[in-house]
Amino acid sequence: MSFLIITSLIKIIGIVFVVILPLVSYSVYAERRVSALIQDRLGPNRVGPAGLFQPIADAMKFLLKEQLTPAHVNKFYYYLAPCLAMIPAIMTIAVVPFGSTLLGVPMVIADINVGVLYVFAIASLGVYGIVLAGWSSNSKYPFLGGVRSSSQMLSYELSLGLAVIPVFLLVGQLRLTSVVRYQIEHGWMIAPFMGDWTSPAKWLLTIPMWISFLVFMIAIFAETNRLPFDLPEAEQELAGGYHTEYAAMKFGLFFLGEYAAMITGSAVLVTLFLGGWHLPIPSWRGSFHWVLVDGSAPGWRGIAGGLFNIAIFFAKLIAVLLFFIWVRWTLPRFRYDQLMRLGWVFFFEIALVNIFIAALIIAYFPTS
Amino acid sequence: MAITVPRPKLSWFERLYLPAIVSGLIITLRHFKNMILGRTKVTMQYPEQKWDSAMPDHYRGAPALVRDESGRVRCVACQLCEFICPPRAIKIIPGEIPPADRFAKVEKYPNEFDIDMIRCIYCGMCEEVCPEQAIFLRKDYAITGLTRAEMVHDKQKLLEIGGVMHGVVLKWNERK
Repeated sequence: MSFLIITSLIKIIGIVFVVILPLVSYSVYAERRVSALIQDRLGPNRVGPAGLFQPIADAMKFLLKEQLTPAHVNKFYYYLAPCLAMIPAIMTIAVVPFGSTLLGVPMVIADINVGVLYVFAIASLGVYGIVLAGWSSNSKYPFLGGVRSSSQMLSYELSLGLAVIPVFLLVGQLRLTSVVRYQIEHGWMIAPFMGDWTSPAKWLLTIPMWISFLVFMIAIFAETNRLPFDLPEAEQELAGGYHTEYAAMKFGLFFLGEYAAMITGSAVLVTLFLGGWHLPIPSWRGSFHWVLVDGSAPGWRGIAGGLFNIAIFFAKLIAVLLFFIWVRWTLPRFRYDQLMRLGWVFFFEIALVNIFIAALIIAYFPTS
Repeated sequence: MAITVPRPKLSWFERLYLPAIVSGLIITLRHFKNMILGRTKVTMQYPEQKWDSAMPDHYRGAPALVRDESGRVRCVACQLCEFICPPRAIKIIPGEIPPADRFAKVEKYPNEFDIDMIRCIYCGMCEEVCPEQAIFLRKDYAITGLTRAEMVHDKQKLLEIGGVMHGVVLKWNERK
């Protein structure tokens, strides 16, 4: 029992302070640097080698700035909102398996059987931070940002939830470790044919899985307020949106919360569709086959395998994050009515029909 | 009168929106790739790289006093620049050259010569008006200081910026 508590505490501290928070600050750096490179600029390159210490300088700036509280705000909710923006984003990572095992300890903080429900429940709380910030600021632009955020969440949460149902139809469980285990045995969700190249059912399944993947990814974009769906914080229209009245570290928390939400969103995306920590290694010893590397082997091979799995997971995560950044600096923002139309008229229906397609395929080919 | 803007008729492929997204992503990726490979020309990195070598000869930077070939400060303290200076940045206190001096026939020299670089507008009128070709606008443009007093260039500083200038004004030559 105490072993469980101690390992969990080590995992929590390790993940939050060693991985997530540095990853958050360095994704801000990557955002600035990649956007600059895309726009033929150089970006922050002065603090440290290649500007790598820029996040530290940013954090110092946020901490040392004056903690200004406007007189016209509703104090309690005004202070509560930044916390609500940051905490749910970090909490969500608890159920995501970020590695196989290390020294026999499973590399997931809480392996609960309602996995993905927990993710959706907690991740949706993040919108309260934004709505409360908009409302408590007592100012028109933040208010509009908060209202936009809540209606945007309403229209995208539906397709977000519906998009993953085919995955769970296939897996039969909501536990995220089981999803990863299933993908190891039957091929990743975006390539269900990988395990069995000859089965037509697997090839057919690719279609609903890709639809799921795309809808889920687009809904994650909307959920994390990323461009092209960053209407709550549209700088040009709303003077920054919900965080207009915030300064210093309180603004910093919104900023970091947004990136933390992006990281957890990508982590869920990687776990559900991109095979989690799994990377098959081809081997030609004897005949051609795929080797599964994980932490179950004895001795140093197990430790190396566990670390390899963790590295694979975060490599996939960073790849998805870079894709997020790439999309942000490519696409223009949607108009508000277009966003609503997209959410309610297209993605909702597509996700709904997709469930039936997946269910039919699974029903007609019971072996799959 | 209301003007109806005709909307272009899009084919179903264009209305799918996804191909446009993909082509957009390819464009940004190309820019990214060209930056990574160093093919894109970017902004000059100012403090490390400077325009100085490309600066034209007529560039109007900080005004400065110059010496002639024999090391004499060319200024004869006629105060024309002080009078012409539109923002009144120049302050000259003339002094008299002692009769024993090699250049005694010049009679006057600037005892003090201050240019307030906070006021200076780099118009170049001092250079234009100077009958002795003693004041020139050099190519120094990054004039900085921490206090107002620091921004006033005195005679020593002005001569330091100016250096030696070979010119056509030779009337103070000993042989003349």
